[in-house]
Amino acid sequence: MSHAVTDTEHKPYQQHHFENMEQQTQSTLLGIWLFMAQEILFFGGLFAAYTIYRILYPAAWAAGASTQNVFLGMVNTIVLIGSSVSIVMAVHSARHDDRKAILKWFAVTLLLGSVFFGIKAIEYGTKWDHQLVPGLNWNNEHALHTIQEHAPKNVEILELPKGIQIYYSLYFVMTGMHALHMVIGFGLAFWIMAKTARGRFNAEYYPHIEYFGLYWHFVDIVWIFLFPLLYLV
Amino acid sequence: MNESTTKPKPNYITAGNTAKSWLLTVDHKRIGLMYLLGMTFFFLIGATAAALFRFELATHNANVFANDTYNRLFTMHGILMVFFFLIPAVPGVLGNFLVPLMIGAKDVAFPRLNLASWYIYMLGGTFTLGAIVLGGIDTGWTFYTPYSSVYADSQVILAGTGVFITGFSSILTGLNFIVTIHKMRAPGMTWMRLPLFIWAQYATSIINVLGTPVIAITLLLVVFERALGFGIFDPQKGGDPVLYQHLFWFYSHPAVYIMILPGFGVVSEVLACFSRKRIYGYEFVAFSSLAIAAIGFFVWGHHMFTSSQSPYAGLIFSILTYLVGIPTAIKIFNWTATLYKGSILLSAPMIYALGFIGLFLVGGLTGLFLATMAINVHLHDTYFVVAHFHYVMVGGMMMAWLSGLHFWWPKMFGKMYNEFWARVGAVIIFFGFNFTFFPQFIAGYMGMPRRYHVYDIEYQPFQMLSTVGAYFMGVGLIICFVTLVSSIFKGKPAGKNPFKATGVEWNQADSPPDQHNFTSPVKVDVEAYDYTDERIYQDT
Repeated sequence: MSHAVTDTEHKPYQQHHFENMEQQTQSTLLGIWLFMAQEILFFGGLFAAYTIYRILYPAAWAAGASTQNVFLGMVNTIVLIGSSVSIVMAVHSARHDDRKAILKWFAVTLLLGSVFFGIKAIEYGTKWDHQLVPGLNWNNEHALHTIQEHAPKNVEILELPKGIQIYYSLYFVMTGMHALHMVIGFGLAFWIMAKTARGRFNAEYYPHIEYFGLYWHFVDIVWIFLFPLLYLV
Repeated sequence: MNESTTKPKPNYITAGNTAKSWLLTVDHKRIGLMYLLGMTFFFLIGATAAALFRFELATHNANVFANDTYNRLFTMHGILMVFFFLIPAVPGVLGNFLVPLMIGAKDVAFPRLNLASWYIYMLGGTFTLGAIVLGGIDTGWTFYTPYSSVYADSQVILAGTGVFITGFSSILTGLNFIVTIHKMRAPGMTWMRLPLFIWAQYATSIINVLGTPVIAITLLLVVFERALGFGIFDPQKGGDPVLYQHLFWFYSHPAVYIMILPGFGVVSEVLACFSRKRIYGYEFVAFSSLAIAAIGFFVWGHHMFTSSQSPYAGLIFSILTYLVGIPTAIKIFNWTATLYKGSILLSAPMIYALGFIGLFLVGGLTGLFLATMAINVHLHDTYFVVAHFHYVMVGGMMMAWLSGLHFWWPKMFGKMYNEFWARVGAVIIFFGFNFTFFPQFIAGYMGMPRRYHVYDIEYQPFQMLSTVGAYFMGVGLIICFVTLVSSIFKGKPAGKNPFKATGVEWNQADSPPDQHNFTSPVKVDVEAYDYTDERIYQDT
């Protein structure tokens, strides 16, 4: 565990262009945080668009959010937070060199991720049935009807609020980009599980697992923002 | 063992000559050369497009091309030159080759990621070429909505996807450089001993990592809007096309600093070497790069003074744009001060570098005209803007690129080019450039709008001059190209340090360098640009 000892030896997993393990570890850590920074800016463009249109079209946002299934959204939020916990457990297991536990916790993470996808599919399906998908399947009358159905009792909506298609466009792009990140996460998880099964990691060397954890937390945090912004307006 | 003493020492080029040893290499120097090939290819296509539409523009009526063809030609020129030459040229080629060599590292921090960046770049280029082959794109390089997203009848999706993909190559290269510069420096290579080229790459990389993702998501939204019918920028659905412009310029203004900052780095190295002096005010030149990167993120609105942006926002953007002029002026003054009492040698890289200072100064000062709101209303979308942009990007960036390419060519290939013809090329390019673009300032000031090929006859003399100048410049580029390429076959061996320059890459690496860069451990014990250090004058 002590750095002084590990630094002088040339470990098999130290890449040839690094002078020592500490340099390699610090470099990859800095790299992953820079990657996170660019991810934030990537979603930042969408959040900027969201902010502007929400200020321009508050009625559309209220109407759009009212058609969301808050219960399903909340379940998905809990599921994702659960998957964050399970990936923390995987990192913890890696620290103790417990290969079986790593694989177990990765499996739990993927299972929870699959539940998230299942629920997301139901939500997308409902929107498709209600013809609330801009461009691909949109019907003004049907959309108005759905919104009227979901409106709070004391609010009467006579026409589609301006900008309602923008709300749904942003809903699909933002949740879609989030889901795409989860799909990439699934791919990475399988790769890391294969590496784990082949015994590539030990208590001193498990960067892939740790950085996957960071990535997965990031994807969760994006959802933590998306849920209130899109469902709880 | 006896063999190795008789044969020449293997270097990174001779270390393997199978296709696989190049296509799967993780050596930053080889990846740099692969960028050089890819980039030259895209540059030639972009330059051909320019040659074609300059021919059309020589006279005021349409002689050769229909309107639609003309639109596709200038768009092709813009997209290829901006996204596939100006942005990746210096970081992709010189940056990849030099960043590890200059800081005394064996490679960049993430060599495999570096190779992936090249493939991503080429994949993006393939998509864009596909768009050109399948009929081209006519939106201008800016992809303005709603034309691009709804009305344009051309390959917007393919070209947009190509630029989207290429963006990730910039992001990953930027990430790689930042980590490399932070973590891979040799013992003794402190931040304040870094060559200014490294400081420039560092500032550029920050913009790459923080700016490029925004254009990525923006172009993705355009593609979604076109392919699926989402309405984020579509006024019919309540969307705002001006939001597209905001998001586009949030990246694309900083992107001009992505293009020019590496050029600043090159010029700093070349000026110091050929005036045999330390760069005057090293710290100021270093930090002004970071200042430009930082302020550059807050000026994008100056592209939108006439796009229904609030005049109060315009005022702020105008003032912030003037602010960028300060760190830029610091650089120009410090370079000039470096020349003062230096022993100047007018070698080919130096001619390019001096040309850079003059042309970039004109480009920069006319940028201040354009940042003035009232003047901008008159000059917006005229040839004045075209001239300003090309003074900065061709007069600035391309001159710096050619300067750097000549300067480090002996290090990359181990051969000296013909100095006489290299100088001839440099001088012809300088004059050709001015003939091409100076008349456009006047035509633009008189009111000639950009992107028209049928125009009022009173502008014809300027356009004619411009066309002749462009072909003149083309001749210079051909001379430069032939001089450099023929040196690989016929050039004299360069030796380790032909220009007697300072820096780890000159004094501790061979020409061409060893596969692992350095044969003995690197230790740095001198300040940057110490031209009084006797060791650089020793022959090795």
